[in-house]
Amino acid sequence: MGVVAVVVFLLLRLTAGDPAAIIAGDNATTQQVEEIRGRLGLDRPIAQQFVIWLGNVLRGDFGESFFFKKQVADLILDRLEPTLALSIFTLVLAVTAAVPLGALAAYRRATWIDRAVMGLSVLGFSVPVFVIGYALIYLFAIHFAWLPVQGYQRLRDGIGGFLTHLILPSVTLAVIYVALIARITRASMLEVLNADHVRTARAKGLAELPVLLRHVLRNAAVPIVTVIGLGVALLIGGVVVTESVYSIPGLGRLTVDAVLARDYPTVQAVILLFSVVYVLINLVVDLTYTFLDPRIRY
Amino acid sequence: MKAVADRALAIDFGSAATAHGGVARGLARHRSVTIGGAILALVVVVAVLAPWLGTRDPAQIDPGFRNRRPGAERVVPSADGSETKRTSWMGTDSLGRDVYSRVLYGARVSLIVGVTVALISAAIGLTIGLLAGYLRWLDGVVMRVMDGLMSIPAILLAIGLVSVSRAGLRTVVLAIVIPEVPRVVRLVRSVVLSIREEPYVEAAVALGARTPMLLVRHVLPNTVAPLIVQATFVCASAILVEAILSFLGVGIPPETPTWGNIMAEGRALFRVFPHNILFPGVFLAATVLAVNMLGDGLRDMLDPRVRQRL
Repeated sequence: MGVVAVVVFLLLRLTAGDPAAIIAGDNATTQQVEEIRGRLGLDRPIAQQFVIWLGNVLRGDFGESFFFKKQVADLILDRLEPTLALSIFTLVLAVTAAVPLGALAAYRRATWIDRAVMGLSVLGFSVPVFVIGYALIYLFAIHFAWLPVQGYQRLRDGIGGFLTHLILPSVTLAVIYVALIARITRASMLEVLNADHVRTARAKGLAELPVLLRHVLRNAAVPIVTVIGLGVALLIGGVVVTESVYSIPGLGRLTVDAVLARDYPTVQAVILLFSVVYVLINLVVDLTYTFLDPRIRY
Repeated sequence: MKAVADRALAIDFGSAATAHGGVARGLARHRSVTIGGAILALVVVVAVLAPWLGTRDPAQIDPGFRNRRPGAERVVPSADGSETKRTSWMGTDSLGRDVYSRVLYGARVSLIVGVTVALISAAIGLTIGLLAGYLRWLDGVVMRVMDGLMSIPAILLAIGLVSVSRAGLRTVVLAIVIPEVPRVVRLVRSVVLSIREEPYVEAAVALGARTPMLLVRHVLPNTVAPLIVQATFVCASAILVEAILSFLGVGIPPETPTWGNIMAEGRALFRVFPHNILFPGVFLAATVLAVNMLGDGLRDMLDPRVRQRL
């Protein structure tokens, strides 16, 4: 985590653009630029800047956005809901679609079902998120006009609009995630399917579904859950793109806007936030291993 | 000698896997390499021959011929008074530029980015991975740094890196290389860690081989197969990330025709003129798909054991 903080900080400070000059505007005098630089603390040694920044971050203070002229923490809170809603929707959608698909492919291995699932999975990896997004918008929002084209509606403005605005973005974002999880589910289940205890379970007359759920899927769960955790990186990257495609005012859109405006406090905060979330999710994933497989202990 | 034996081993593994999974699967493997390779070869040919494939200057704007649908024709008077008819097979964009020409030239950028990123990250990753895997004292520090880099989602890190300096091809390549390096390092390191315990490495040490010699002669050859496979996937992901960066407006400057830039340009008028997004999107998806298929096939042919290691 410390490394992340240093990397994030250094990356954005070793820049060509001068934020003080950007804030001051085109007509500012050198003196004004210097004054702004002093106020932002940009004139101090870089190590000192880092310590000040880290101390503030630990207290939840990400500083003031150069561009939006607001507290970065407020800015993030403001943009949190759409991103959270989109991510949770996508996660649920992806897992409920991918695990059965992968299991089916493993169970019917080397048949057309297996090949179809695997083929779609490679395709899902290859088609960029925004191409899928625009294809879906064209088909379902413009051609059939079933769903809203773009935008976002907050939950408090009505659940109907909230849900319909989320369907297309979630499906878009879920594609690559489904591809990833289905692949691992299949590979992981294939390994277990030939195990002795599965043959025993079948031999004692257990029906196929209980065999698959209790004996195969459960033993295949650790790699699947691991990949769901690691895939959050894909999800976060996808959020940035999807929110731009669908004009959703979330954290992903904020990241792009902040980068374009060279708004370092905001970029730093968002990247740090996403990374912390990613690390925490993978920590939780590690902890679930003990539930899934009691042999694993820490 | 060693390399030959290794290759024989790999082939042996491959045939065993094929026999196990049935002939149909073995064929499918080879088919994926063939199809992927064919599509990729086509894209390379198109990219190289772009100026001779009926294209115009991809940056040439034509204010009188903006936002035309695919197949639109324009009669252009020549200097000597005769008229030639030009057809825009993929329509024109909002500045009147020919989308067909831009898509063909865009292939160049994507391929250059994909290949250079794959080569650079493989080279850097190989060096760091070899050293970290073999030298214990280095391992701890290097892997902490790699873990730190890996805990920032790749696209986010690339976006952050691009914002650091002015957009351009070199910046974009660098911004995509840095998030990819830790993945290569991990792979190489894991191979090295298992190889260093092999009896022949111990024998070489006992015979007095120096560390650099040992790494190059005995450890390095073992990393080649998984590295090639990994480099293919890095290439696919680099093409995607470049397109995403350009699409978001933080990548290669908009004057350069890249698939991401064409799509970014087409965003505003997407509802009316979807062709600006459709054509580069199809090319992009087909290229990435081809590289991925190639990688999948290569992995299965070169080293089926990689699957477990990844």
